[in-house]
Amino acid sequence: MTELLRLENVCKGFSGIPVLKNIDLDVKAGEVHVLLGENGAGKSTMIKIMTGSYSKDEGDMYWEGQKVNIQGPSDAMNLGIATIYQELNLIPELPVYENIFLGREIKKNGKFSLLNKREMIERAATYLKRLGQDFSPEVLVSSLGVGQQQLVEIAKAFTVDTKLIIMDEPTSSLSASESEQLLKTIMELRSQGIAIVYISHRLEELKRIGDRITILRDGNTIDTLNVKETSTDKMVELMVGRKLEDKFPKGEFKLGEEGLRIENLRLKGSEEELNFTAYQGQILGISGLVGAGRTELARSIFGVDPIETGKIHVFGKETLIKSPKDAIRAGLAFITENRKTEGLILDDSIKNNMSIASLKKYKRGPFIHWEKIKQSTEDYTRELQIRPGNIEKHARKLSGGNQQKVVIAKWLATKARVFIFDEPTRGIDVGAKVEVYRLINSLVSDGAVVIIISSELPEILGICDRVLVMSEGKITADLLREEASQELIMKAATGGM
Amino acid sequence: MAQTVVEKKNEKKKGVDAKAILSKFGALFGLLLLIIILSLLTDRFLTINNFMNIANQASINALLALGVLLPILTAGIDLSIGAILGFSVMMMGLVVVNMGANPIIGILVCLAVGAGFGLINGLLLTKLRLPHPFISTLGTMNVARALALIITGAAPIAGFPFLIQYFGSGKVANVIPFSFVLVIIVAVGLHMFLNHTMTGRYIYAIGGNKEAARLSGINVDRILIIVYSISGLMAGLAGLVLVGRVNSAFPLAGLGYELDAIAAVIIGGASLFGGVGTVWGTLIGALIIAVLRNGLNLLGVAADLQLAFIGVVIIAAVYVDVLRQRPRKN
Repeated sequence: MTELLRLENVCKGFSGIPVLKNIDLDVKAGEVHVLLGENGAGKSTMIKIMTGSYSKDEGDMYWEGQKVNIQGPSDAMNLGIATIYQELNLIPELPVYENIFLGREIKKNGKFSLLNKREMIERAATYLKRLGQDFSPEVLVSSLGVGQQQLVEIAKAFTVDTKLIIMDEPTSSLSASESEQLLKTIMELRSQGIAIVYISHRLEELKRIGDRITILRDGNTIDTLNVKETSTDKMVELMVGRKLEDKFPKGEFKLGEEGLRIENLRLKGSEEELNFTAYQGQILGISGLVGAGRTELARSIFGVDPIETGKIHVFGKETLIKSPKDAIRAGLAFITENRKTEGLILDDSIKNNMSIASLKKYKRGPFIHWEKIKQSTEDYTRELQIRPGNIEKHARKLSGGNQQKVVIAKWLATKARVFIFDEPTRGIDVGAKVEVYRLINSLVSDGAVVIIISSELPEILGICDRVLVMSEGKITADLLREEASQELIMKAATGGM
Repeated sequence: MAQTVVEKKNEKKKGVDAKAILSKFGALFGLLLLIIILSLLTDRFLTINNFMNIANQASINALLALGVLLPILTAGIDLSIGAILGFSVMMMGLVVVNMGANPIIGILVCLAVGAGFGLINGLLLTKLRLPHPFISTLGTMNVARALALIITGAAPIAGFPFLIQYFGSGKVANVIPFSFVLVIIVAVGLHMFLNHTMTGRYIYAIGGNKEAARLSGINVDRILIIVYSISGLMAGLAGLVLVGRVNSAFPLAGLGYELDAIAAVIIGGASLFGGVGTVWGTLIGALIIAVLRNGLNLLGVAADLQLAFIGVVIIAAVYVDVLRQRPRKN
């Protein structure tokens, strides 16, 4: 097989923080090449460089043996690289064929003539046939299921001479049968000589369709292997195998009272009943892959999303939580994974952001006691070492780490006793991460109950005392720190127990 | 941008750069500039009498603008205020003139009808989950106007008692229009409400980031219902002033007033995307429109052309805002 795409020593950093350190990859025509790596290993960045969304800092790229410089998505498209992202880029209100030809419409004659609808419909139908589909290209995209929509997305690639299709976790939002259909389609594409770069966390899937696998860790490509000759265990080991350095300051606590007990909790639209208990003096980690239902669990506990059935006990007392307001009154705090969209009012001051959830505590008669707020905000800013220390500064202007500290301070101000952190260190640099861990440790020392949802295994193993693993809405493992290992967690998370 | 007066004080101490000052007092500078230019163009402009005239003329729009500021702060809009004004005054006329009720009861009816219609706006938005208040208030705008016309079969109601007339034509100390005093009282109250009560801060928070507000324990629906009720209440109050001035309630009262009110809010520096805007800015916005109208009148510019001037001012005011923000977003 001939070489199609090659990356040599590709590096990429963002504002001084290296994300890709040394990437080597070669993709051959007509193979399914799997990329495997933890969240944050650099897969997404790598794809964005291959598709021209990002430009590389260093290194070389070759296409069919020629050195190329991909500077934008249109360059990639012209070479013959198409990408299918997790989120589909379709316009639901338009028919399938118009989506397929969007931006590359066929006209009757010349630039300013009318659209040649019949030609587009006919061609769209042949593309769909190539994908084993026989639905009409004239139906609206919104009338299709997610699986079929994804095939429409793939059909877009046929409007140009596509030789490589990159798929970023394409099955993550599909049902089992839709996934099956997609895997068949991938095999079909391969037999037509199209190369696929495939990213997925589902190991069984990779074993079935992959020809070769390249493993990424910490922005480096670790190895490229033949899938047939590599065991699942070996893949996981290569993917996570790293000694934990002291990037994770671990506090020593004494096990205390029961803090948060979840009893037979059924999330909206789920059949699974979830049970677990979080204690004082024991940081409870919840691990699992993206989409395992961890965030949904946290949102339901906090009253953001409704629950079907189940009970929530806070410090031994059954508590009815129907809204975030109820949750806060019960002493809960929820530091969400998206601090910009859910945690902060970006164009408002540190002071206002920190006090918004606890204004009730700063009242004098009917009015807000601004002096008290100022005092308390300045205290938190100093205590948490938020920089810059000017409490009038707008949240937008802070670094990710400092933004996260503002969100944490907002919850400290509510005097919460149960803290649920969802991806507490996402997108913040290593130094700030350590500060966040120290903060969490001191919270626990002060008697707070802490639950940490994280997709980063080293983080879970580094700072948690107990780990729950979730997979497809179920809790598949409950491990104490001593018994937890990356391999065990990964297995439980991929459902491969 | 969404600066409270408390913040202004703090930043003044620190000696801020020219840009920050311009951003905070941009509308005020605009007003002063306008006053200076008009003073130079005509000597009939800069007199106490004329200024009191302007204050009186500005007051109805100012009250409506202060009301609609609240929905705009939450990233919403209220198109129904002009029509609510019309319906409120017709109800007041019905009660006071046709039924001979006590003027105080009439005033309360006028305010209650306004607030009630605002409440309906809030309920439509939050309980029916209509996608945007543009739709709910566009609907109630038409309904309120129709009701205003139906009540008397489109006939106006004239002859109001002194107490009601005082709201529109009364003068404090024989000089200052009572309507303007009312505006100042309302503005101070609203400023306190927005900046020094929890509900007020929640209004800004919802406009700044609705999702973050909800996750911070704010009952977003409750706050939005309050916001639209106040907007309606202020429409009723503006109607009271209008009836007091012309001594007549007519079904088309307030027709199109919502647009001038929204213009005043925007000229005053509020953002249609929510979370940004102040009471004082809005007040200055209303004054800019009134000063412009007055000055152009004195200069003998035809009313049709005045519209164009106001249009240009709206666009210019927002463009200045765009320029100011540009370097921030790269």
